[in-house]
Amino acid sequence: MKTFEKSNSFYQVFERKSGPAKEATHYCPGCGHGNVHKMIAESMEELDLTKRTVFVSPVGCSVFGYYYFDCGNFQAAHGRAAAVGTAIKRTNPDAIVISYQGDGDLAAIGTAETIHAANRGENITVFFVNNAIYGMTGGQMAPTTMIGQRSATTPLGRKEDIHGNPIRMAEMLATLPAPTYIERVAIGNSKHIMKARKAIKKALRIQAEGKGYSFVEIVSACPTGWKMDPVNARDWLVNDMLKVFPLGVFKDESDNQDEDAWKRHFEPFDKAKVDVYLDRMKSAVGEIEPTVLPEDLNCKFAGFGGQGILTLGLFLSQIGMRGGHHVSWFPAYGPEMRGGTANCSVNLSSERIGTPLVDHPNVLVVMNQPSLELFEKDVVDGGTIILDSTVVEGTPDTKRLNAVMIPASDIADEVGTPKVANVVILGALVAATDAFTPEFCESTLRAIIKKKSLIDMNIEAFRRGYDFVKKA
Amino acid sequence: MTEKIALDVPFMEVSGELCKGCQLCLAVCPKSVIAISDKLNSASYHPAFYTGADCTGCGLCFYACPEPGAIRVVKP
Ligand SMILES: Cc1ncc(C[n+]2csc(CCOP(=O)(O)OP(=O)(O)O)c2C)c(N)n1
Ligand code: SF4
Ligand code: SF4
Ligand code: SF4
Ligand SMILES: [Mg+2]
Repeated sequence: MKTFEKSNSFYQVFERKSGPAKEATHYCPGCGHGNVHKMIAESMEELDLTKRTVFVSPVGCSVFGYYYFDCGNFQAAHGRAAAVGTAIKRTNPDAIVISYQGDGDLAAIGTAETIHAANRGENITVFFVNNAIYGMTGGQMAPTTMIGQRSATTPLGRKEDIHGNPIRMAEMLATLPAPTYIERVAIGNSKHIMKARKAIKKALRIQAEGKGYSFVEIVSACPTGWKMDPVNARDWLVNDMLKVFPLGVFKDESDNQDEDAWKRHFEPFDKAKVDVYLDRMKSAVGEIEPTVLPEDLNCKFAGFGGQGILTLGLFLSQIGMRGGHHVSWFPAYGPEMRGGTANCSVNLSSERIGTPLVDHPNVLVVMNQPSLELFEKDVVDGGTIILDSTVVEGTPDTKRLNAVMIPASDIADEVGTPKVANVVILGALVAATDAFTPEFCESTLRAIIKKKSLIDMNIEAFRRGYDFVKKA
Repeated sequence: MTEKIALDVPFMEVSGELCKGCQLCLAVCPKSVIAISDKLNSASYHPAFYTGADCTGCGLCFYACPEPGAIRVVKP
């Protein structure tokens, strides 16, 4: 006896629905999504893959796939299903991952993810439901919309010279070396459907055997978006769509692949390993010695590229790290490696840091003229502004701010090279804020400065900056 | 909606409440043994039904139907 009935890979009841027909889908009468769902469920069940399957629903009419398939489910942001599917597969190599996507999802907003997942040969299965329209949003033109086809956004019909031609995704992807299996099928008539069932099953089997990326494009129907009755819609699919989207196998390497050839093994997340790495990072600053911060520092350091602005930020962050504080360092610079403007934001806090950005610093370091005008007004009342008076002219608002004007570049030159002006500034900053003792900073600098021959010069520069403020 | 049918011959049945009246099953049935009801179901569709004889159990209507639970075909 043979019975054709609802697959066990579907939920018995579709909780999404309210009202009496709780076992009915939310799709319009005659919608192709239902046919494709049935074929996928049937193959999952026949191949005994349901329990291992993770079905990634897209954005589009099929967004509620997770209400129907009784397997693992995910719902991806618009166009991202193949990327989400990649992550699921790589972290769960034994999962059978289905990326189910419409034409708007896969061939418009998600084109990049689609192409790159295929190009990497991810061992996932993509079912691409091409209904030549954005169904869900009310029938706008899709990349696959036919020339002449009317849609909400092409009311006079799609025109080649204005909107481009319908995209043939199967053919495009078949040019890539990695994909294992690419076929286009349809649901126009019974013959098509029987072929589509085979292709869907084959695609899933390829994945289950670890033979790589499989992609089945299903030319489908959207009677509502096309403004046709369901039976006419299928006829239009057969007579018109298939001229532009010919059926067939565009790539099939499945017989030339070894089993598990594309099964990628990834080390699972290992906390111990991460801790070892973090400890190594921390040990670079020397033994942690908890210190007390008089107040959190929210710093902005600004100047030209090449002045050591970013290094100044790094040094202060590392001193803070060694003092047991939460720190963040966030550089921002123009495209020039040298000479452009550069600034960086540094937070040192006794609590966790919400954002590395510093819009209203309580410490501003200014090492070039434009930065004074640009950032002075952002400093909080009573905040500290430190400027290198060798290179910056003008006086900040000393009523509102605690201003330190230090000829840092001149001092650095005396110490040995203007390059250590940033460390002179660091000394001045520590002195002006009393954030750390100079001895603590000096021992940290000894640990973090890689070039041993430069250590003494940097310590000297730090001292000179520190003393300049303290002895003023 | 379903007629009484003998169990030793093939038959199809429609779950009238789940059917959306799209008529795709009618369009594919080689024996033309499916029809559309005059009555509306609670979702306001005219559901399909089996006219009661000569189904071969080919299953084509099942695959043409987009609704997972609307059609069942038994071929003894
Ligand atoms: C980021 C984002 N952009 C746009 C939308 C609006 N939107 C929802 S569905 C959709 C297109 C769906 O078309 P398709 O992928 O062809 O699915 P169908 O409904 O036709 O099956 C769009 C543009 C959205 N939800 N999210
Ligand atoms: S709008 Fe189109 S794709 Fe969406 S459910 Fe209705 S028929 Fe299907
Ligand atoms: S199983 Fe075949 S013969 Fe029977 S009703 Fe369906 S389509 Fe017609
Ligand atoms: S194909 Fe399914 S939903 Fe459409 S009329 Fe037939 S039984 Fe009803
Ligand atoms: Mg679409």
